[in-house]
Amino acid sequence: MLKTEELQINIGPQHPSTHGVFRMLVTVDGETLVDLKPVFGYLHRNHEQLGEVNTYLQNMPFTDRLDYFNSMVNNHAYARTIETLAGVEVPERAQYIRVIMDELSRILNHATAMGFMLGDMGAWQTALLWGMREREKILDMFEYVSGARMMCNYCRFGGVVRDIDDWFITELKKLMQGLPHYFDDFEGLLLNSEILLARARNIGVLPKELALAYSVTGPVLRGSGVAYDIRKAEPYAVYDRFKFKVPVGTVGDVYDRFLVRIAEMRESYKILEQALEQLPDATGGFINPKVKQQSLKAPAGEAYARVESPKGELGFYVVSDGSGSAYRYKVRAPSFINLSALADMCKGYTIADVVVILGSIDIVMGEVDR
Amino acid sequence: MALLARGELRSILQTQLPNVLDSRWDTQATDQVEAHGEGQTVLLDFDAVVKAEAIVEVAHFVRDTFGYDFLSNITAVDYLKQGLIELVYQFYNAAEGGPDLRVRVRIGRSPEECIVPSLTPTWPGADLQEREAYDMYGVVFPGHPNLARIYMWDEFKGFPMRKDFPKTGDKYTHVTGE
Repeated sequence: MLKTEELQINIGPQHPSTHGVFRMLVTVDGETLVDLKPVFGYLHRNHEQLGEVNTYLQNMPFTDRLDYFNSMVNNHAYARTIETLAGVEVPERAQYIRVIMDELSRILNHATAMGFMLGDMGAWQTALLWGMREREKILDMFEYVSGARMMCNYCRFGGVVRDIDDWFITELKKLMQGLPHYFDDFEGLLLNSEILLARARNIGVLPKELALAYSVTGPVLRGSGVAYDIRKAEPYAVYDRFKFKVPVGTVGDVYDRFLVRIAEMRESYKILEQALEQLPDATGGFINPKVKQQSLKAPAGEAYARVESPKGELGFYVVSDGSGSAYRYKVRAPSFINLSALADMCKGYTIADVVVILGSIDIVMGEVDR
Repeated sequence: MALLARGELRSILQTQLPNVLDSRWDTQATDQVEAHGEGQTVLLDFDAVVKAEAIVEVAHFVRDTFGYDFLSNITAVDYLKQGLIELVYQFYNAAEGGPDLRVRVRIGRSPEECIVPSLTPTWPGADLQEREAYDMYGVVFPGHPNLARIYMWDEFKGFPMRKDFPKTGDKYTHVTGE
């Protein structure tokens, strides 16, 4: 048999399908991938060191820049960590508002992530723009409550910065009326598309045991068939009061991750409905008035709090020395750790598949490089 | 397979694997937060502190005995005053959920002491996190397949997250621990 030479090529750092400045050093034998080495650091700004210099409140807007699609979720995770550390109580209404924002974030994240993945596959623009259309509506809601579309900076220790009002709730209900229609359209357009099936089925398979060993979280883990969702495993905020399912895949391929994300959007919709129904009136307040936001000092000790971000387990580990800023501030970024499985998922597939597999992990470089 | 309460692992290790606990912190589990004032760094003695060379054994022990099969997070913390670098390993029970199980390793800051065996052969998810701990704190992980810098460029000298790394000065001219 003719022996061919292996070739090393770079995908990225400047490549539209790497979703940011990310380089993959791949070794290929013809079209088939033999090895893949991810190269990081192009967006590194030592976020963790900044967290040690900032006071606790100053650091809140910095967390927006981690996963810039889901700044609401980042704020929530960070606020929860400092609340655990300083022993701050959160009023119930604030917990519900946070849940509403988290679930809206999940819908917008999955809608755009799947749109980008399908764009990478060649389903150029339609799927992405449908996702962007829904995202834009949700961003308008975020802008109304926080003043910013993407860098929301919305949570405070012991609550949120501004209450939601009747206008918001009316508009949210209007927005939600259109969502099931969007889910059905999106599914109907793509679910049985032969091209999608050919490009996504049995591609990038990550078996259950390997997924656990690789510490992947979020839709990637659930796509591999592990029903692990922090909202169920270790309920935070008020998630134990809602009825929702944890969708799981069977094979662990790109198609399963796609299905899990669509199912999760539907579950988020259910949570939103229940949260709006149960939302307590404004008498309890939306923020704990006893907390001194600007001069907050946490007693010496440590805390780790995590939330189910749309991309996986987002956790903050903070060590305090009793002063007004963290002694150690560490971010457990879901897409960073999900990337460790990339090489194994890609081996044996073609270069064109690598782009799709990367899209199915759903990374954002602001969080990977920190 | 059962969930462990906080601090429970230490007493279990004392009876079942007595040689793995670090003798410097093998007293009863005490949460000493109250004793420290402002500006003090705190070494919490609440969780099991194990010897560096025993971390692989302990990680397998908690996985096989109690079902903590999900290694979620590895954090390095530099305790400059105590002259220690602490590594915090957080395990979760993927089947039963619940809070994390923390296992700690405390090592010296000098290059000869700053060594912990790698967990990457069994938990490949530790790969990038161990590289990050090496890049930022200079912890060396023997057994890691590719222990290279991850965020900083390869020629970079020094470990930028250590507390004695200079924070001021021009990034092109200041001495970075050469």
